[in-house]
Amino acid sequence: MPADVSPLFLQFVNLLGAVLLLLAFAMLSQRRILSLVHLFTMQGAVLVLATIVVGYVTAQPHLFVSALLTFALKVVLIPLLLHRVVARLDVRWDVEPLLNIPTTMLVGIALVIFAFYLGAPIAQLSSSVARGTLGIALASVLLSFLMTITRTKAVAQVIGFLALENGLFFAATSATYGMPMVVELGIALDVLVGSLILGVFMFQIREQFDSLDIHHLEKLKEE
Amino acid sequence: MDGYALLSQGLEIVLALLLAPLLGGWVTQCRAWLLNRRGPGLLQPYRTLHKLFVKESVVAEQASRIFRAAPYVVFGCMLLASAIVPTLSAELPLSRAADAIALVGLFALARVFISLAAMDIGTAFGTLGARREMLVGFLAEPALLMVLFSASLISGSTSLSATVGTLARSEFAIHPAMAFAGIAFTMVSLAENARVPVDNPTTHLELTMIHEALILEYSGRHLALIEWAASLKLFAYSCIGLALFFPWGVALGGSPVELLWALPALLVKLAIGGAALALLETLSAKMRVFRVPEFLATAFLLAVIGMLVHILLRG
Amino acid sequence: MEPLAFVLGVPLAGALLLALWGHHEVAREINVACSLAAFLAACALTAQVIDGGPRLVWNQAFYIDALNVFLVTLTSFVGLTTSIFSRPYMKIERDHGKMTPPRLRLYHSMYQLFGFTMLLALTTNNLGILWVAMEAATLTTVVLVSVYRTAASLEAAWKYFILCGVGIAQALFGTVLLYMAAEKLIGAEGGALLWTQLDAVKGQLDPRAITIALAFLFIGYGTKVGLVPVHNWLPDAHAEGPTPVSAVLSGLLLNVALYAVLRCKVLADGALGNGLAGAMMMGFGLLSVVAAAFLLSRQRDVKRMFAYSSIEHMGLMTFAFGLGGPIATYAGLLHMTVHSLVKSAIFFAVGHAAQTAGTQLMSEIRGLIKVSPTVAWGLVLGTLAILGMPPFGVFASEFLIITTAMREQPWATPFLLAALGVAFASVFSRVQPMVFGETQLAPLAHPPALLPVFVHLGLGLMLGLYVPPALDAWFREAARMVGG
Repeated sequence: MPADVSPLFLQFVNLLGAVLLLLAFAMLSQRRILSLVHLFTMQGAVLVLATIVVGYVTAQPHLFVSALLTFALKVVLIPLLLHRVVARLDVRWDVEPLLNIPTTMLVGIALVIFAFYLGAPIAQLSSSVARGTLGIALASVLLSFLMTITRTKAVAQVIGFLALENGLFFAATSATYGMPMVVELGIALDVLVGSLILGVFMFQIREQFDSLDIHHLEKLKEE
Repeated sequence: MDGYALLSQGLEIVLALLLAPLLGGWVTQCRAWLLNRRGPGLLQPYRTLHKLFVKESVVAEQASRIFRAAPYVVFGCMLLASAIVPTLSAELPLSRAADAIALVGLFALARVFISLAAMDIGTAFGTLGARREMLVGFLAEPALLMVLFSASLISGSTSLSATVGTLARSEFAIHPAMAFAGIAFTMVSLAENARVPVDNPTTHLELTMIHEALILEYSGRHLALIEWAASLKLFAYSCIGLALFFPWGVALGGSPVELLWALPALLVKLAIGGAALALLETLSAKMRVFRVPEFLATAFLLAVIGMLVHILLRG
Repeated sequence: MEPLAFVLGVPLAGALLLALWGHHEVAREINVACSLAAFLAACALTAQVIDGGPRLVWNQAFYIDALNVFLVTLTSFVGLTTSIFSRPYMKIERDHGKMTPPRLRLYHSMYQLFGFTMLLALTTNNLGILWVAMEAATLTTVVLVSVYRTAASLEAAWKYFILCGVGIAQALFGTVLLYMAAEKLIGAEGGALLWTQLDAVKGQLDPRAITIALAFLFIGYGTKVGLVPVHNWLPDAHAEGPTPVSAVLSGLLLNVALYAVLRCKVLADGALGNGLAGAMMMGFGLLSVVAAAFLLSRQRDVKRMFAYSSIEHMGLMTFAFGLGGPIATYAGLLHMTVHSLVKSAIFFAVGHAAQTAGTQLMSEIRGLIKVSPTVAWGLVLGTLAILGMPPFGVFASEFLIITTAMREQPWATPFLLAALGVAFASVFSRVQPMVFGETQLAPLAHPPALLPVFVHLGLGLMLGLYVPPALDAWFREAARMVGG
């Protein structure tokens, strides 16, 4: 690894990691779907910035490609898609999540502690400059996971799922300077196709149930 | 204790007493501008204080000694708090006696007294206000402590002067933990100083008011002291924020020249900070009272995460 | 020519072709033809591997060894028979008005694409691509499950997507950790996710990182295997999708997910040397067997019931692989093969039974033996086979697993036996009145395709009596690799 990396860059990546976590928390506490979309877009932008900085510091050109890909997908395309869905389906408000927000936040902080506890020892193994952020990445993954399972609206669940992907990308960037290019392309393709399918789905659910509340999706139960 | 330290300490106290109402006036003025209105003028708080001091103080018949003593205790607490926050210089004789924890304790003491005084009269509003104030306090105080601890972890000391000294002296570095702490601190300050998303300082609508409900029974010089104390509290909070997050310009060495430079720096920072506060208040809407605990719990959690992030990234 | 090119290329080309022509009459035949070509290519590949041993293809991008070559053949075989089955099935569905031309096009195209993702997941040497292929398989099956566009199928597909998408994301995190640990040994230049490279250095991988990576990989791919407690998607997806999709879900997708778990287990065993992976697999496998057996007894929908039976059997296999050792692993591989064959045969029979009765509720399906005797016999024999009656192959593998468990982990055997007993009693008591008893049902207009049912059952029977030497050698080789 280049030994002459300025500590400022390193701190900047750390800061971006912290902002990513902050945004994950903000999403967890957000009730309005439109704000969720905005937060998700911001998270994507932070991810792009972090990827560019790590790529610049370590002179890894493939990270720029990955940043470009993330930008196109997570900052432009998917938010655009989500905005369209929200506008067309007119679901600007989220109802109360399954758990109330303070409880969710408390669970969230427990997850963060758990993630940091897990992340700290393995981060030592990584040779990456941004290894300290591995715990943060894991924490954002777990927080998005929590958001996905505590929300009752389909759109919010999808955003949680996509935010989870953001956390994973950040983990890959911070721990290993990104995955091999072919894998990264594959993941991007999966994410794109997945969001398209989900977009179509939301319209179909709306058609069938006249609502996007997944409370309606409770007919199938274990008996 | 050398003369320089005494000088800077004295200057700080005088400055706090003089500038605090001005800061309040500046925020009000900025808000008025943002709303496209003409403000009451920067000096309005002084005029109000003067008016209240010359007026007679009416005290309810049932009022006990606590009611009479509370304004003085509150005022004293706030003045002491302003004195131990390093605003101009990090060399303060008083700050050796009090660290971050004591600072939070001072705010808590003032809160207890004002709440006791509010309940002392026995009116419904006073009790309501006291209850709400305690609701805010029990979450805001730990959050503030956590914010201060995050900063202390970086400097390795809970003494405010040492913390600010370390932060200002070290070469420029980004502390991600401070991003969390900064947001948490902003949220706590808004709640503690009865600013807009939590409380409205200008309201007298009984359903929403917190701070105003507490001091409804005060008049004359008592009210003047409490108002002054409130503006001192805002000043102290602004100074804590500036000292922790923007420590540049604080006099570190022992020369009076530096002190002279620190003064304009402080004024500029306060002016910007006040304008930012006004902007924040204008942009946000008052939240319902039962949402306040959620708001403050978020602040507390953010502060805790800030601390955790610091511990993680240091390792 | 490289047969692998056809194994992967044909389904992909088929998917593109059917995306354009999938709604035509001839599409069903194209579907069968593509599956047949893929199967033949897989046979050629198998012959090559039998002759020449494990091989790396195309600059290490693909790796065929004893473990996956037999799954490639199995996958393409079940893919072929399912496509044969779906030919008349989809015709009937179209006549019932459940499938419109656009839906048929989607169905056919996604069916081939699903086959492609399965084969890609099996043959790739890159653990990252394995993840990508698994996620892509999720996406294609989500579309397949929701193809009827009914409220229930949308709900099932949504649950499936969210649960599996979130679950499998955990596996990606595990993959990142694995990459991180390996990168130090192998270097960043591409090789650190290649299974062959990882296998070579597995003894030097850092145990802490691998422990955590293993946990994430196990949760991620375990969701896809359908292990309890992350199994909720499985019964819904099986019950609400078209029957051919249920058959390939149970017969193929679960296997491929288990295959991913096995690959991770091999690495973890090498790196940790403490049997953690085995213990985890035994624990969750046993939990799945027991929980599924009891949940199974409370089902009313026939496809849901057999879906729970799939959970039970996947749990049993996971348990067997967790036990480790040559015999249990051999039995696990055998069970994988037989379960795949028998369970898809059952779904074929159940699909026609449900079409005849117009419902999937077991209480409404009665007297099949009078309406269509072949379907009824297929269902009875399939049920007996899956419940582990001798002389079917399931009996042989279950017998091996339980005897090994008795010797190695005696505490687990009472649970296993009790669960198998409960499953037997409840499944058989439900199937018996469906087959016999009085009925007013009318036979189907089109003759059902029952060749696949009996071919599968025949193979299942054969494997119970006699394992061909080539297959036996494969199993042994694979068991040596996985079980140590």
